[in-house]
Amino acid sequence: MPAPRSKTRVRTHPLGDAALLAELGTRLDTALNTRAIALAAALKKRRDVRQAIAGYASVTVHFDPDQTTYDALTAAIKRLASKRPPMAEPGRLHRIPVVYDGPDMEAVAATLGLPPGKIAAIHARPIYRVFLVGFVPGWAYLGPLPEELELPRRHVPRTKVPAGSVAIAGRQSGIYPLSTPGGWHLIGRTSVKLFLPDLDPPCLFRAGDRVKFFAVS
Amino acid sequence: MRDVLGVVKPGLFTTIQDLGRPNAIASGVPPSGAMDRFALRAANLLVGNEEGAAALECTLSGPQLVALHSCLVAIAGADFDPHINGEPAPMWTGIFLSAGDELTFVGRRSGARAYVAVAGAVAGDRWLGSVSTYMLAERGGMHGRLLAARDVVAVAAESSAPAVSGRRLDENLRPDYADHKLRAIAGPHMKRLDAAGRQTLFGSVFRLSRDADRMGYRLEGTGLDASGDELLSFGLVPGAIQVPRSGQPILLMADHQTAGGYPVVATVGSASMPVAAQLLPGDEVRFAEVSIEGALRMRAAQRVALDSLKS
Repeated sequence: MPAPRSKTRVRTHPLGDAALLAELGTRLDTALNTRAIALAAALKKRRDVRQAIAGYASVTVHFDPDQTTYDALTAAIKRLASKRPPMAEPGRLHRIPVVYDGPDMEAVAATLGLPPGKIAAIHARPIYRVFLVGFVPGWAYLGPLPEELELPRRHVPRTKVPAGSVAIAGRQSGIYPLSTPGGWHLIGRTSVKLFLPDLDPPCLFRAGDRVKFFAVS
Repeated sequence: MRDVLGVVKPGLFTTIQDLGRPNAIASGVPPSGAMDRFALRAANLLVGNEEGAAALECTLSGPQLVALHSCLVAIAGADFDPHINGEPAPMWTGIFLSAGDELTFVGRRSGARAYVAVAGAVAGDRWLGSVSTYMLAERGGMHGRLLAARDVVAVAAESSAPAVSGRRLDENLRPDYADHKLRAIAGPHMKRLDAAGRQTLFGSVFRLSRDADRMGYRLEGTGLDASGDELLSFGLVPGAIQVPRSGQPILLMADHQTAGGYPVVATVGSASMPVAAQLLPGDEVRFAEVSIEGALRMRAAQRVALDSLKS
């Protein structure tokens, strides 16, 4: 009996002459992200692939153009993506203590019409998924954030956000691993270090991990 | 380890770079490495190193170095008017320095980044598989920082290849850094540009803003409209041309953010990145569309040029 074929359509686009983007979809969706992580893992085993980095619903593939071509790799990706995805193993669970006293807490509370304590409780309610690690070292895109806390990014990004700031924007949450510019709303802070430069890999979270926040004072 | 060069003056922004650390991208660590990989490779081959060995990347001005022992060096990339003991020194050529010889750079004549390779490979802190300096994390190279006066540049090993001076890269095999037309391949979100936008991207002149560093270059010019649905963040590559809402494109370079959600309308081909690496704020730059095959032909031509240095 042939293996059941999945309905996932994959579309590839060149990213220069030695990389491509394989898109599995355009929605923020845990199942798509699971497939992207699995596809990246399968691609990394190929000799002609140098790197395969999962995005929310895509894989960025760095390949060796001396060993393969964009078209040959696209065909291989379509074959891989049509296979039934492996059973998703639950990622490691991280428990992250948060002091919910961020500099934007008052403004967020005013905009959403909720008291700060309620915002903290809603933020700490779900188990978030690490959809993607990237942007700056150790940054993880966490989601989905409960709808009650959905806000657009700040109009004017901060030029400097302190490391450890716990932030929200859209349907996402994140923790600034380093002191960098940033446009998300800062609702709290944590003492947990996300960027661990002396370890390999140098960050606490990996794509597919789960994160639970809990309030401390 | 052997100390070979003393740093008298470090130059404006001099770091140790090799071909970078691609294995850490999934942790959000940029690939880093030399901005002009052709010049890095050529300089290394000219002194008998592996082409991906670490070397000095000197930005906008060169350092003042004194040889502590005899050593073989080569300078490639931007022309900062190198001199040895006050006499003009050739670029793209293996040169012997004797103990006490002084290597100086009189001033920038063209380009943005010069590379100084030393036989035996420049030694530095290795971080996640690479000696490249990544200053945001304060890791790699010279303790994660710029070279400073009184630093000592050491070589990792005695060169395995016989040190032969006078090896030279033929002039017509060097990149044409004066041609600021970067060949770019249409990217995932090219369709977001209308016909006029596409013409602007591939027909108009952009200028590097002051916001141009190892992370990337913000460009100024006729605005591009690549608006549409918000994109989910995805993995980025050096050479990607992002179009944020402002419409002023960003060209990603070696220390780029590893993921982002701005549309990528095109990506500069790998053979044009050495030219991109030699641009500086105020420089004009154009993009010309190229097919993947065309970009690979340019890449192959550079490979032939580099292979001519292997003996």
